[in-house]
Amino acid sequence: MMAFLIQTLRIATPYLFAAAGGIISERAGIIALTLEGFMLTGAFCAALGSYYAGSPWFGILAGVAGGLLAALLHALATIRYRADQVVVGIAMNLLAVGVTRFFLRLAFDSSSNSPRVPGFGGGQVGSGVLSSLANPLVWFGILCMVAVGWILYRTPFGLRVRAAGEKPEAALSVGVPVRRIRWLAVALSGASAALAGAYLALDQHQFTDGMTAGRGFIALAAVIFGKWDPKRVTIACLLFAAAETMQIRLQSLQLVPSQFVEMIPYVLTIVALAGVVGRAVQPAALGKAVD
Amino acid sequence: MARVRTHIEESILPPLVALVIAAVVGDILIIIFGQSPGDVYRQLLEGTWGNAYGFGQVIYKATTLTFTGLAVALGIRAGLFNIGAESQLASGGFLAALIGLAMPPGTPAVLAVSACLLAAAVGGGVVGAIPGALKARFGASEVIVTIMLNFVVLALLNYIVAAHIHVSETLHTPEVRAGALPRLAAVFPMFSGSAANTTFLLALATAAVVWWYLFRTRPGYELRAVGLQPDAAEYGGVRVGRVWARAMLLSGVLAGIGGLNYVLGYKHYYEEGFGTGSGFLGIAVALVGRNHPIGVVIAALLFATLSQGALAVNALVPKQMVDVLTAVVIIAVATAVPEVRRALAATRRPSGIGTAGTGNGEQATEAPRGVTVPGSRFPGARLQRAADSQFPIPDSR
Repeated sequence: MMAFLIQTLRIATPYLFAAAGGIISERAGIIALTLEGFMLTGAFCAALGSYYAGSPWFGILAGVAGGLLAALLHALATIRYRADQVVVGIAMNLLAVGVTRFFLRLAFDSSSNSPRVPGFGGGQVGSGVLSSLANPLVWFGILCMVAVGWILYRTPFGLRVRAAGEKPEAALSVGVPVRRIRWLAVALSGASAALAGAYLALDQHQFTDGMTAGRGFIALAAVIFGKWDPKRVTIACLLFAAAETMQIRLQSLQLVPSQFVEMIPYVLTIVALAGVVGRAVQPAALGKAVD
Repeated sequence: MARVRTHIEESILPPLVALVIAAVVGDILIIIFGQSPGDVYRQLLEGTWGNAYGFGQVIYKATTLTFTGLAVALGIRAGLFNIGAESQLASGGFLAALIGLAMPPGTPAVLAVSACLLAAAVGGGVVGAIPGALKARFGASEVIVTIMLNFVVLALLNYIVAAHIHVSETLHTPEVRAGALPRLAAVFPMFSGSAANTTFLLALATAAVVWWYLFRTRPGYELRAVGLQPDAAEYGGVRVGRVWARAMLLSGVLAGIGGLNYVLGYKHYYEEGFGTGSGFLGIAVALVGRNHPIGVVIAALLFATLSQGALAVNALVPKQMVDVLTAVVIIAVATAVPEVRRALAATRRPSGIGTAGTGNGEQATEAPRGVTVPGSRFPGARLQRAADSQFPIPDSR
């Protein structure tokens, strides 16, 4: 039972980081389709930093820097130039795939993975369940979500973020610098999603091509399924992770094909959007450009 | 005349600007890798348009991209973003293979091909109709639903193939014996060895049909009206929800038929992941093609050249460079469209009216929701824009 909980927490960690970023971005009115790309960039930069500096802590720094860079490009196109957020968001994901592959070949002359880099914990997936708790990022993941909840509902900045996402015109009219708030929110989401990627790379001690494998979209699913509220999103992340853990643990029994477990987050999100059980309503100005 | 010129400049400038930016980024990447841009571009052209095999492969890749590009473009014309072309393509190909497998080897080709075509249309259409219906009925964001459906549908297809009908040791179905489409090489020997097949002709015909539908029929007109201004269309008597649902269905059908290119034209079986990336590339194709069927065909050829050319230059620079360039083109077009519109509006308007910054007016002719026209903050501007956009309000029925 303990092992089950710990494994769930480990799987949930990248979801928690990325979803925390997704909440901030979407609550500020910028669609978070880019989480996957930010994660992948973060994972690659983390592996790169850790490899060259020889310390996973530098890896984390480099990962966050990479995520910030990607986020600033996204903000430049969508906020400064008012380009369509969906189009640019999709392109940012393609860009992350292309850039990481290109530089993987440039830096390590490989099209599949980086060499082993210094990381946290035991290394191989599944080994030493308890030792994985030695990975500080597991704890940061939970803290990150708590911090987002606190920022959103307890600070002036959070109030402005929510205003920017719900009624930007009203916020503008009382002097809230909506575009600057959105820049900050996107930057935060980039950094947070990059931490999710850094966790993956440092946990597995290497970067592998496309290692995020749709986790950014699962995080987005959690944000929507959790109705953009940090508490509910945390529960959604843990729920999705628990389903995955269950599937891994029961693999030998062949009760349910793994593909059906993979579908759970996506199906739940579609159901939530269709409003069968308590409709998910997005921030009113999500996706709208501000002059 | 002036209007036509504005229109053409507005359509063509952003993709050109984007291609220049992409070329600059490409040069930088090539130089980072220690190669000469001239050599790389020469090899890229020689490996694609320079020989029969390369050209055939470009045609083959452009076929799939034309279908996914048309699918995305039709959606954008209705103001909808179909990110699901990826899974609609797979589902169309899968159902076509399934029907092809069910028919005995001796089935007349005409019958077999039409049955598979219908199956592909149904396969893609069903996957497209779900987000359309959810949008029309519940207002669920089609962007999110199509993204989520991609994962669901692909997982489902993988499960069916892996658990029930794959050839052992592979990830594909048995070979289809009825309904194979001839390679272009059978008619034109110049294509010998490449995967180019008659589906390309089907793609061109489909582009023509889509053009006719969009610009010469009443439902197509309603679709564009909804894309430009849903509220005005509603006021003019168009049932917006129904148009959305129909547009998503048709978009799915278009992407689904694209599955034939691989399944009937090339390998003659369905294989897990056969169209990976084509759906997303379709977005790039639609954007660069400015959501016009002719533009889509040209853009499909362009991106097919890039993707085949990437293989040709792989010895010099990593082929992944093309993924980067594709993304750069998309971001640049999306950014350039509103900028070019504003810049053109500023040069055309008589000075002193003070509208240069917002650029509404006649520019609305080419601005479905995909490429947001910045909203004016003046009350009444929306109606003004709808009236300016030159589409007469439909007859009341």
